[in-house]
Amino acid sequence: MNMLKKFLIVFAAMTIPSLVTAQAANPAPAPLTKEIAAPVVANPAAAAPEAAAPAAAAPKSMDGSLPGYTPMKPTEGIGMPKPKEIDFQEQFSDNGQYAKWINNAILLPIITIISLFVLGLLLSVVVRFNRRANPVPSKTTHNTFIEIVWTLIPVLILLGIAYPSLDLLAKQFKPAPADAVTVKVTGYQWYWGYTYPDHGGFEVVSNMLKNKEDVAPGERFRTENDGPAQLAVDNRMVVPAGVPIRIQTTAADVIHAFAVPSLWFKLDAVPGRLNEKSLTITKPGVYFGQCSELCGARHGFMPIAVEALPPEKFAAWVKAQGGKMPGEAEAAPAATPAPTNDAAPAAAATK
Amino acid sequence: MTTIAATGADLHAHDHHDADHKPGFFARWFMSTNHKDIGTLYLIFAIFAGIVGGAISGLMRLELAEPGIQYLQSWASMMAGKDASMDEAYHMWNVLITAHGLIMVFFMVMPAIIGGFGNWFVPLMIGAPDMAFPRMNNISFWLTVVAFIMLLGSSFVPGGTGLGAGTGWTVYAPLSTSGSVGPAVDMAIFSLHLAGAASILGAINFITTIFNMRAPGMTLHKMPLFVWSVLVTAFLLLLALPVLAAAITMLLVDRNFGGAFFDAAAGGDPVLYQHLFWFFGHPEVYIMILPGFGIISQIVATFSRKPVFGYLGMAYAMVAIGVVGFVVWAHHMFTTGMSVDMKMYFTAATMVIAVPTGIKIFSWIATMWGGSVSFKTPMVWAMGFIFMFTVGGVTGVVLANGGLDDNLHDTYYVVAHFHYVLSLGAVFSLFAGFYYWFGKMSGRQLNEFLGHLHFWIFFIGVNVLFFPMHFLGNSGMPRRYPDYPEAFAYWNGVASMGYAIMGVGVIIFFINVIWSLAAGRRAEENYWGEGATTLEWTLTSPPPYHQFETLPVIK
Repeated sequence: MNMLKKFLIVFAAMTIPSLVTAQAANPAPAPLTKEIAAPVVANPAAAAPEAAAPAAAAPKSMDGSLPGYTPMKPTEGIGMPKPKEIDFQEQFSDNGQYAKWINNAILLPIITIISLFVLGLLLSVVVRFNRRANPVPSKTTHNTFIEIVWTLIPVLILLGIAYPSLDLLAKQFKPAPADAVTVKVTGYQWYWGYTYPDHGGFEVVSNMLKNKEDVAPGERFRTENDGPAQLAVDNRMVVPAGVPIRIQTTAADVIHAFAVPSLWFKLDAVPGRLNEKSLTITKPGVYFGQCSELCGARHGFMPIAVEALPPEKFAAWVKAQGGKMPGEAEAAPAATPAPTNDAAPAAAATK
Repeated sequence: MTTIAATGADLHAHDHHDADHKPGFFARWFMSTNHKDIGTLYLIFAIFAGIVGGAISGLMRLELAEPGIQYLQSWASMMAGKDASMDEAYHMWNVLITAHGLIMVFFMVMPAIIGGFGNWFVPLMIGAPDMAFPRMNNISFWLTVVAFIMLLGSSFVPGGTGLGAGTGWTVYAPLSTSGSVGPAVDMAIFSLHLAGAASILGAINFITTIFNMRAPGMTLHKMPLFVWSVLVTAFLLLLALPVLAAAITMLLVDRNFGGAFFDAAAGGDPVLYQHLFWFFGHPEVYIMILPGFGIISQIVATFSRKPVFGYLGMAYAMVAIGVVGFVVWAHHMFTTGMSVDMKMYFTAATMVIAVPTGIKIFSWIATMWGGSVSFKTPMVWAMGFIFMFTVGGVTGVVLANGGLDDNLHDTYYVVAHFHYVLSLGAVFSLFAGFYYWFGKMSGRQLNEFLGHLHFWIFFIGVNVLFFPMHFLGNSGMPRRYPDYPEAFAYWNGVASMGYAIMGVGVIIFFINVIWSLAAGRRAEENYWGEGATTLEWTLTSPPPYHQFETLPVIK
């Protein structure tokens, strides 16, 4: 009984103040990495000296750069998994920070205490009630009070969990404002397409980058600027940082799932459906993810890379893609270089 | 709980004359109508399927031990008899994960825990001579065998990108319809039909037996908890499996007859399949674990030499888990784009299941509390079960939160969670039951030292194998991936080592079984002593071919 009481007190101490502050204070620690606030722009020439292919004819560059846009070099350990990590990735959206805090500050302590409590009871059975220590078993088979207690206390714990949990759900379902940047994400077997309906409707096709030894000479391969193997892509989904984004997902063939762990974002891409969720990325950076619904042979080889840029750089990228910013006068698509991505599905098919 | 009125001696006096004429080998094992023989067949079958399913997971852990694709291509080439492309190699991976899931669920856990222990001990525990429908019992078993052969056979026929069905055990449309051309997925679906039909027949048999064939005086509220657990499970099977049958039949129609149930282009809805599948799939996880709860209850009471604490609470907690289990299915679908109201409902409803589960955990501990506990092998497995099931249960509470599931869904966190409740839950209860009843079934007892050794090595192995998967899931590794970024290498390497440790434990188990069958200590009637109070302990070990020709009377 004492243990149960203690448990309840510990639980209450843990949960109740945190519930109160959950919404007011930003519970997650302030993001620490300063270097990504000012995006590191790699020197494309230095990064890919092999890119000596005839540049005049082919608009395709060896490092994914376009006029006015150079892919951001990802920061080690940010927006990607870290070796030997046991925790969630560092979060770069408010809801993500809140969700991570709910897990690490509420749920993880509760489930650890419950597990250790059960383990402690089992160990005390071993010590106190083994046949030698307690040769005559008691005949107790009922105790209404304790049965009520071990029904009610879990109920109270669950109510304590339910409050922040449902609050998080409500936050996650807050629709994006009307002027949010819309990105329509389409899952294909086995690559992603990112369409920007508010920006002229161009589609960026995104394929996994292979290592140098796995590609034909002259073909683009992964460099350190692109990101880790299995995660790096040729054309990233570029979005503005700090402003609301409306992500819509759908699929062209089978179900895929658009997932980015460091943004706490996962939404299935279902053929015939348009799922929508809002997202605000707090800092510029590159955030990697992977398809998270079994979609056939190359399910494990259609990663996701979201590059969040300051809004003006995003505008430059849109321009480089031949799109226009909302409200801008009709851009002349013919004047801008063709998008780099048209050859990408073909490249994937040669694998 | 049950108290035994009839003494053992009375019972065998009748059993031994003319009841022990066993039929010849073929008639006995291939045309069996005897619940104990069918139970034995189920157990042998489940062990065989477990070896196959376990070997497949070994292949998976081998490939995942390091980043990069090391073996898949050569395995795929071996299966195809020609040089396989990388895509065929990746498809092979999907075939492995599909086969591992389906085999472990439908051909290992279910046949062992319901077909094996259920068949063996439900009639013995309620004082019945056999199951209500002995011939139906036989066809249940042989349908399961044919289903297993169908599933294995599907690996040798085209399934889209390569040989075999690579849809995952969930067989989601449209990957399983337009996404998988060729007969492999059809064969896998037929296999599920057969296994499902077998389970439905089995469920009817158990319900009829338990309702109609209890010995005089054995009221429902005196039934041993294992029988209660099988009764609840049988109802879950009866209500859930027809829904699976409907869903996969719709898949067949979409695949072969121009149907469009799940084809969005023709007005169907792929998410409908997921609703149907999980309406079956969630009760299915309780189908696998509830009989395990029953086994653990018997064992804990026996070795504590105390009746189960809170018997009625224990029985009705299982009923509650069964009922609530039917209204939580969409927590498997949190990321499909459901509305906020649905997500809130399924979050809340799912968390409710923690309450009856908690009642069970605490009641087992309260049964031990004040008891005179002897730590024989079955008890050690039971205690391992209680702790590991708690760990798996609490991560279930985490996953129940729809908002957190946005990150954890389809990651290794989920893999860790369901292996803790199944591979360390259901499988621990299977081993516990096996050590508990092996002497009763075979007449020879398993070796205690080897049993303890098996437990500790297996316990360490599965924890090293599955605990790091929580970390992988936290940091974002998706499930069903044959390859991964370098950052995930460390914990994947640890997990693969855990598999090797677990494998050593399993080898010790088989040594123990073979040695004990040949030279184990002969088991007397009640080899666990005064704590074992259910009716099977009044019979010889093994029991006579037909038992309870004179029904025992329960006071």
